[in-house]
Amino acid sequence: MNKLITQLGGTFSLLACLLFSANVTATVDAAPSSGAAATAAAPGEADTAKPKTGSTADHSKFEELDKDFATGPEVTEACLECHTEAAKQVQKTKHWTWEFLNPVTKQKLGKKNLVNNFCTSVRSNESFCNACHVGYGWEDDSFDFTSEVNVDCLVCHDTTGSYKKLPGLAGHPNYETMEWPPKSGKFREATDLKKIAQNVGKTSRDTCGACHFYGGGGDAVKHGDLDSSLAEPGRYLDVHMDADGLNFTCGTCHLSSSHEVSGSRYAPTAADDQGALIRGKNNDRNPTTCVACHGNAPHPGTSVSTAKLNAHTDKVACQTCHIPEFARGEIATKMTWDWSTAGKLDEQGKRIKIEGSEGRDSYDSNKGNFTYERFVIPEYVWFNGDIKYTLFGEKIAEDKVQINEFLGSADDPDSRIWPVKVFRGKQPYDIGNETLAVFHTAGNDDSAFWKNYDWDKALKTGMKTQGLEYSGQMKFVETEMSWPITHMVAPKDDALECAQCHKENGRLQAISGVYMPGRDNTPVIDRLGFTLALFALLGVILHGAVRWFMSKRS
Amino acid sequence: MERIYVFKRFERFWHWSQAALIIFLLLTGFEVHGTYTLFGFESAVAYHTTAAWTLVGLWVFAIFWHFTTGEWRQYIPTTEKVAAMFRYYLTGIFTNAPHPFKQTRLTKHNPLQRLAYLFILVLINPLIWITGWFYLFYNSWKDWGVEWLNIEYVAMFHVIGAFMMLIFLIAHVYLGTAGHTPTSHIKAMITGWEETD
Repeated sequence: MNKLITQLGGTFSLLACLLFSANVTATVDAAPSSGAAATAAAPGEADTAKPKTGSTADHSKFEELDKDFATGPEVTEACLECHTEAAKQVQKTKHWTWEFLNPVTKQKLGKKNLVNNFCTSVRSNESFCNACHVGYGWEDDSFDFTSEVNVDCLVCHDTTGSYKKLPGLAGHPNYETMEWPPKSGKFREATDLKKIAQNVGKTSRDTCGACHFYGGGGDAVKHGDLDSSLAEPGRYLDVHMDADGLNFTCGTCHLSSSHEVSGSRYAPTAADDQGALIRGKNNDRNPTTCVACHGNAPHPGTSVSTAKLNAHTDKVACQTCHIPEFARGEIATKMTWDWSTAGKLDEQGKRIKIEGSEGRDSYDSNKGNFTYERFVIPEYVWFNGDIKYTLFGEKIAEDKVQINEFLGSADDPDSRIWPVKVFRGKQPYDIGNETLAVFHTAGNDDSAFWKNYDWDKALKTGMKTQGLEYSGQMKFVETEMSWPITHMVAPKDDALECAQCHKENGRLQAISGVYMPGRDNTPVIDRLGFTLALFALLGVILHGAVRWFMSKRS
Repeated sequence: MERIYVFKRFERFWHWSQAALIIFLLLTGFEVHGTYTLFGFESAVAYHTTAAWTLVGLWVFAIFWHFTTGEWRQYIPTTEKVAAMFRYYLTGIFTNAPHPFKQTRLTKHNPLQRLAYLFILVLINPLIWITGWFYLFYNSWKDWGVEWLNIEYVAMFHVIGAFMMLIFLIAHVYLGTAGHTPTSHIKAMITGWEETD
């Protein structure tokens, strides 16, 4: 039965690919004849049809969208004429609020509140960072979170690939022709809002990826398991997203309802022992888990080995074996970031960039030193889904700060062994306030670090936006931040072998609280046992030798 | 010299298949234990489990056979001539002294054998079986209400059982050469016919 479903699924996705590839040649702007659009055309004769989306509406036929929009909010206004509740829905989500109240720890999280060890903080850098906010115009605290036209529909629903919110524009795309990247001599044409609005559709790997692949300030920087190689991945990189295979989009797993996207990094589901999720039977369970589709006995067959694999699901997260490395695509992920060296300039007082391995920068005056790696072996931790953050303002005495801590233990039935990316950095710390510091990075003003490379000014402005007076004394502290590894699922043949953990100094050497055959033993028993066995062997050899000798003599 | 028929066909089949299984279980077991790499961990676990269940099956037949034939009486311990047996193995065997035990069809094991096999039967085997089963059904502990068990100790006692079996194996194989002639016991175990004085 399972096989049949897989085969059917494969056939459908193959059909979809055929239809799609046949249709890309069709001109998007061609006036559709109503007859051809109404019937699903077979590949080959689909001259005027659009790529099959499953949608019942062709947005290019809507009068509301047949106009030259000057700004994004104007487009949103048009969207809301029909989709009356859409903005209200979006405004309830993390994508809009950038806030998340952890229901267990009661910590106030979200991008708005967190300090991380990449670009460290959104605060005071809104116009830059908020290029990834699902809205228009958030450049400081005066942003109106209740304005519905400030919601950006296009960033998630663009299908043309031409919509791009640029850093520095506070969430807007460029409405005029603009030099981009700055001082590059290259120009980006004004965004064609009409074309984009008329071609809206479902979210895709591209739309989600436009922000989530580039977290931390560049491709692959932040997560390690999310980067632009997932836009069109092969089977090896992601068995589900495989563009020629199952071709999952992000939304296939991250099921959404009322614009609320399931799955959370702030409160992840670390363990789910309730089996596959049956349609219509949600029970408020997170549908974005492996178990939601694969159940709790995901390895098929009745052999000793598959039974043993299924028996592992009570302790080991699927990800641990099935994502053997992260950054398994074309692109290296950032592993360390040392802000303490930022600000060095060349003799002319100009910004320096030094290229390192993997074609990525190893130094940038704006940011300091980095290292990048590909095919990184994760670190492993017990994790029950609770994460404790070190928040801004929290008093810290140590020189080594855990920005977040994955909670869990071997004794906790809700804990599983999870793979994580541990990102290590050095970043500013306010000595007087005894807290991780927030600094003003990007902007066109005098205090922006990227303008003047002056920590004092940058920290003063940064701390102020967070409501604290900078003490005037700073140092750099070592910080660590963990990221769950859950994407880039490998085909089963590339999953971990048993012996990669079940041996001494294997992958799970650091995992405590469980007895692992092959890794663990009771040394005194082993020593005693082998010694006695050796004596027995020597004893019988000696006894035999004497017997042989005596029999020769007689 | 006389020849007596001591080991019947099933008994011989039982002995040799059990011997092969036990050697294979030791081999795979110590690999799972992390002592060396031979088959690869995954295969070693699978082979070990399969061999263990096979041995369970063999034992079901063996127990049935022992009870239906009454052969279980061969394992009733005796203290008679135990000291003489020890003396024989420590001195007599070197000087070609006569064997203190007269083998017959009704008493085919010497007193030391009786004790050794009984020791295996009541101590080593239960230790290995019980710990092995708990080890195998680790995921069912919760359902069985034995969550207080500690896998580390279960594994440890299983390993202790394995060491005892290994030591027995060494001694047993050697004493297999201590018959009327060095090969007479082994021949008997193959053909069923033992040569005695």
